[in-house]
Amino acid sequence: MADTLLAVDGLTRVFDVSAPWLNRVLEGRPRQLLRAVDDVSFSITAGQTVSLVGESGCGKSTVARLVVGLHAPSAGEIRLIRPDLRLQMIFQDPYASLNPRWRVRSIVAEPIRTLGLRSDEAAIRARVDELLGIVGLGASDGDKYPHEFSGGQRQRISIARALASEPEFLVCDEPTSALDVSVQAQILNLMKKLQRELGLTYLFISHDLSVVRHVSDVVAVMYLGRIVEEAPVETLFRRPLHPYTRLLLDTIPDLEAPRRDRTPMGGEVPSPIDPPKGCTFHPRCPLASERCRHERPELAARADAGRVACHAVEEGRHK
Amino acid sequence: MTQPVLSVRDLRVEFPTRSGTLVAVDGVSLDIAPGEILGVVGESGAGKSMTGMAVLGLLEPPGRIAAGEVRLAGARIDNLDERGLERVRGREIGAIFQDPLTSLNPVLSIGDQLVETIRVHTRCDRRTAREQAVAALTAVGIPAPTTRIDHFPHQFSGGMRQRVVIALALCANPKLVIADEPTTALDVSIQAQITALLKRLCKEHGTAVMLITHDMGVIAETADRVAVMYAGRLAEVGPVLDVIREPRHPYTRGLMGSIPSLRSRVDELVQIDGSMPRLDRMPPGCAFHPRCPDAGPRCARERPDPHPVGTGAVACWLEQGGVNGG
Repeated sequence: MADTLLAVDGLTRVFDVSAPWLNRVLEGRPRQLLRAVDDVSFSITAGQTVSLVGESGCGKSTVARLVVGLHAPSAGEIRLIRPDLRLQMIFQDPYASLNPRWRVRSIVAEPIRTLGLRSDEAAIRARVDELLGIVGLGASDGDKYPHEFSGGQRQRISIARALASEPEFLVCDEPTSALDVSVQAQILNLMKKLQRELGLTYLFISHDLSVVRHVSDVVAVMYLGRIVEEAPVETLFRRPLHPYTRLLLDTIPDLEAPRRDRTPMGGEVPSPIDPPKGCTFHPRCPLASERCRHERPELAARADAGRVACHAVEEGRHK
Repeated sequence: MTQPVLSVRDLRVEFPTRSGTLVAVDGVSLDIAPGEILGVVGESGAGKSMTGMAVLGLLEPPGRIAAGEVRLAGARIDNLDERGLERVRGREIGAIFQDPLTSLNPVLSIGDQLVETIRVHTRCDRRTAREQAVAALTAVGIPAPTTRIDHFPHQFSGGMRQRVVIALALCANPKLVIADEPTTALDVSIQAQITALLKRLCKEHGTAVMLITHDMGVIAETADRVAVMYAGRLAEVGPVLDVIREPRHPYTRGLMGSIPSLRSRVDELVQIDGSMPRLDRMPPGCAFHPRCPDAGPRCARERPDPHPVGTGAVACWLEQGGVNGG
């Protein structure tokens, strides 16, 4: 596809979580490897929002960090449409991601100076004022320090800083999970407005399905380092196929249908250090068969749109 | 009506500081009936946790209850001394906090912690207490409780730890449980398990629950009634489904509208502009009026108190003769 901005192919990241060398030798403990991301492939079309959703430890944040280059992949590749494509990241915690000793103006101006996007001080100043205006802050806020702002306003500063480098692509790692819902609504509205006006492309990482439903064009559900299902947002929410997606959607509280008859998902996410054989979801899956315990399902095209990795779906046992 | 287990009247919590007195909870009144789950919902700084801490007698000094009453099964507990409070906490009121790792002692096995708690409250011998502890762990769904009882907190996952905390909170069969964000640190699939467990155990024992959370979804699934707090005050109280389907206070309406839907998609979420006032810059009149789309001159002058409307109570001039009069 001509307008594929970013394509990820067979992306894998393994972390060494072994005990220190001396302990391993003295106590005879083996090396332990954690496959945080295991053979993940997806692509993002320009101007769209692709979301990765899943529970803690499913590897979604590691994918984000791999895409922006904060980790090196152990295997697989990440291809950008152009080598000079500008990408930026917005982090979850607006308290930890801003330097407390810098004024907001310097924080937002740093990418402009580093990349040499404006030549003189007056132009930098004008650009910072413009950016603060775009995210809904006043020019006078530039002279304050981060601690003078609330969580939502700090996230606005993070967005202004990310926009300062004039990126086409933003990787957003849980950008609203540290915020109250009314503030979350402000930030989500701002991000949508910026996407419309600046033609931005987002890779959005979240554990919150209602937020994902609101912002995404395409959603990929992750479980223990792998994508188990991927589909356009309406398809995924209306006709989820993978048993994990279905249980996830069935488990979360729905304010429009509270107290519906829910099947709470039994069990817990297994340790990614020693994942179950075959399909990693089989110990919690109501449809698990003998085949699921031995053979790992690969992502295959769904009949309508998207992809799903499930033997039961392939065999038509999911109905 | 039967006597409420918890009855809070005009509670006011103050923090004296060098630059003046901050009022964290201001004129809050609540009742919880036996077996009832009251959800207390609000955003950070709304005073919901402070209300729970005041009931437990656990306010950090210099914070103090400056006015009002807290009654447990009819008896006042807000004026008890530390010894009196120790008799009430644990035996009469159980507590469940957000982070199960910090509410358990890391150097004692969970069995020791359960046995200690049971013996303090019921004065039975060690063996009986241990049997009761195993029964408590079984009740909260810990697999292989006879082995797990000798494990330490770090050997449990987050969801299992929260089950242990629930077992601890309920082991003395308290009349009331204060649960402050009990599922916030957990994943959604575990969250549903824990809220279902809490709900089942409290219905079985007739325990009243004050469920404090910022998550309207958890309230919708778990609570019988909900109290919405804003800036230390009650905005609205009512049966949970009525408040969700037909919120009457403009703040509750804004709050409900700002939650993205799982069913349909809107271009823009309802947005409450601005942020909650800081405790040292509380506006006169209704605390919400500077952000309220319906505010009138009366709202900036006079403070509305919760007033019975329909099945609940709402603190808003819209429901009490209009925003212009007064």
